[in-house]
Amino acid sequence: MTAVGQSVARKEGLGKATGEAKYADDLTFPGTLHGRTIRSTVAHARITGVRLDFDPAGFTVVDHRDIPGSNHIALIEHDQPCLAAGEVRHVAEPILLLAHEDREALRGATVHVDYEPLPVVTDPEASPTTFKEILIEKGSLDKGFAKAEVLVEGTYRTGSQEHVYLEPNGVIAVPEAGGIALYGSLQCPFYVLKALKPVLGAAVANVRVVQTETGGGFGGKEEYPSVIAAHACLLALKSGRPVKIVYDREEDMWATTKRHPCVVRHRTGLTRDGRLVAMDVDVVMDGGAYCTLSPVVLSRGVIHAAGPYRCANTRIRGRATMTHTPPNGAFRGFGAPQTQFAMEVHMDRVAERLGVDPVKLRLKNALKPGDTTATGQKLGDDTSAVAVLRAAVKKSGYNRKRVSLKGTGAGIGLALFYHGSGFTGSGEVMLASTVALETTATGARILVANTEIGQGTRTMLAQIVADALGVPYEQVEVAQPDTSKVPDSGPTVASRTCMVVGGLLEKCAIAMRARLGGMSPSAWHANRGPLRLEQRYEAAATRQWDDATYRGDAYATFAWGCDVAEVSVDPVTYAARVVKFTAVQEFGRPIHPAMARGQIEGGSAQGIGWALMEHVVLKDGAMHNAQLTNYIIPTTLDTPPMDVIMLENPFGGGPFGAKGLGELPIDGPAPAIVNAIRHAGLDVRSIPALPEVLHASPPLDPPPPARAG
Amino acid sequence: MRLTVNGTPVEVDAPPMKRLLDVLREDCSLTGTKEGCGEGECGACTVLVDGVAVASCLVPFAQAAGASITTIEGLGGNHPLQVAFMREVGAQCGICTPGMIMAALPLGPKPSLAKVKDALAGNLCRCTGYEAIYRAIRSAWGEQAPT
Ligand code: FES
Ligand code: FES
Repeated sequence: MTAVGQSVARKEGLGKATGEAKYADDLTFPGTLHGRTIRSTVAHARITGVRLDFDPAGFTVVDHRDIPGSNHIALIEHDQPCLAAGEVRHVAEPILLLAHEDREALRGATVHVDYEPLPVVTDPEASPTTFKEILIEKGSLDKGFAKAEVLVEGTYRTGSQEHVYLEPNGVIAVPEAGGIALYGSLQCPFYVLKALKPVLGAAVANVRVVQTETGGGFGGKEEYPSVIAAHACLLALKSGRPVKIVYDREEDMWATTKRHPCVVRHRTGLTRDGRLVAMDVDVVMDGGAYCTLSPVVLSRGVIHAAGPYRCANTRIRGRATMTHTPPNGAFRGFGAPQTQFAMEVHMDRVAERLGVDPVKLRLKNALKPGDTTATGQKLGDDTSAVAVLRAAVKKSGYNRKRVSLKGTGAGIGLALFYHGSGFTGSGEVMLASTVALETTATGARILVANTEIGQGTRTMLAQIVADALGVPYEQVEVAQPDTSKVPDSGPTVASRTCMVVGGLLEKCAIAMRARLGGMSPSAWHANRGPLRLEQRYEAAATRQWDDATYRGDAYATFAWGCDVAEVSVDPVTYAARVVKFTAVQEFGRPIHPAMARGQIEGGSAQGIGWALMEHVVLKDGAMHNAQLTNYIIPTTLDTPPMDVIMLENPFGGGPFGAKGLGELPIDGPAPAIVNAIRHAGLDVRSIPALPEVLHASPPLDPPPPARAG
Repeated sequence: MRLTVNGTPVEVDAPPMKRLLDVLREDCSLTGTKEGCGEGECGACTVLVDGVAVASCLVPFAQAAGASITTIEGLGGNHPLQVAFMREVGAQCGICTPGMIMAALPLGPKPSLAKVKDALAGNLCRCTGYEAIYRAIRSAWGEQAPT
């Protein structure tokens, strides 16, 4: 029996359900000290003095002068210090590190920091500092607008969002012979390794990073773990003892990255019969105090900003700017949920202006095989915009409910969206990921740096290898990601693990099968000794991308989705509630249907939270509600029943037809919900659509025409 | 101080205000009980105290004196709920899972969907959107109960 396409028993066995799975905070090493971070309390200032208000006996204290290497966290730019030296640029910026064996003593230690305030920028649109600017141009905007008979403009805003992985950030740095081992809750072991090396410099000969069981990431453990890992290593280096740093929930929410807040302006020209002829889109993202991943978040955001629509004349301008707030970073969807929220809410406004049904407008303009995207990428048969739209309309009863819910205080809305699989543009070529496969006494072992963070990496990769190698799934195991043992197969981000890493493993397994010449891996292992093969990413000759002009094939392929939300609005409290949710998504082919369904349900719930309740209250440059008591994520009482339909359209470039899935589900819920609120009679253009936002929204009068199509 | 943990009487020497969560994790080496927030909002630390599901991060050790505590480790490892959570992918990252299972345990076999939602209202999951958790709990003892 083949494994791919079956919901096989998961590789983690029962460990996650029995309490045996070991997360970072569950690990203990003899002599471990606890670490704590002293952080700034002001948004922008010069540090004029630091005073320890406690007896330092028994404490290890580290500041920027203790860094043996370079004081920066390596990422795209090297602008973020590991520990502030002289200046702080945001609230919660790390200044000093303390370690002690007694947690209570550590908690009781107070440090006094003197500041000389500097000017503070909090408005991303007015910021004088830009991290990245991108321009995408297709056709001629002037010619397009000259043809336009109808013009629709609008501004849309999306708020920040906290990841709330249920396990906060945590690491343990353990001195060992010849170096340091860093164990932690993280998505990308090699990102952490690359960040630790410059900080520790020549002082530490060997550094290795080991991923422990990880209690959720959603992008929040993509780049941030480099910071906490560097801190733990510095304390371990100075004390010579293992050091554990585990943030409590409040510190995790207050200090770590969030989703980029975003403002999108649309100016759209159409013919009277509803054909898009000109699209002018302007995107501004709030990067926060340091660059981190903002340029690439912006990149994915702008590439998706014109939505899954055909338009010959398009201009998309984007910039990510600096503000004195904690840096924003990777979050599931990576900029695309923000821009597609704007596009999809705008489309319903366009439909309203034209007096046509939103589905008809979308059907008329949806990308089809042979069309080109805003970057000029020509689409193939792996394009399913029309298929997901039709299936969602049918399954949800959209047309019927569009009529029956009219004027009832409830509404139904939909959103059509897509998501590029894998790294943008030439990203995968530059990564040049490598995977390895080796024989064992019982079968084969997968060696990759990609991490299981809840999405089922181990299981799904083992399914692919089992079938490609022609062995039972049970005979394939997956090595724990440890940078001293596994090759750098790239980060666990960008919906790339299944399609890109799984694809490399498929090739590797096919090569191994040929080498084994009919022998089983375990038999080969017993008779001829261990066999280990590697497979490196090779650029597809057919894919062209120009980073300078942002023209070409932005992604290897796209996954497609259409979400439908049915919403009720309380006439007294103005609280909106999703009562039913339908998600139709095409991502090639599900490798493990039950886990794939889980990605869609979970991602949809996160999108529902972002749309309606998750509100990061920024005050004086810091999160003011850094607690789960007042930053509310969906509970069992807030999530609607979900209907999930997985359409198949196998993609030739992915393993067994698979595309990327992880991020797609978070692109659709917010616009579908806001469009449902619009159908219920309120003109909302920003999220979170809290009761106060609904209350302040102009009622649509007369209500939009109900014309079923 | 004496208490019963997973059926076994134990004697623990810890400060009276130490959180039951930490007593279990540190003094009893039972790390299956997780901390997600430390403020009673997430339910990751749920254990049974004399049969009732409580957030162990809110219980001072002194209050647990003499009580009978059941943690995820007390389920033995092959409990129908544990098997169902993995089978139905009710556990993705798994950090909420021990707490979810402990909160579902007092429901007994085949609870209605409304009962499940109510019982789990204090347990957050960021991965699943809860649907697979309902499927797991409701199918754990064989056939699903009617809605
Ligand atoms: S850790 Fe106890 S409720 Fe969150
Ligand atoms: S499975 Fe990750 S929080 Fe529930």
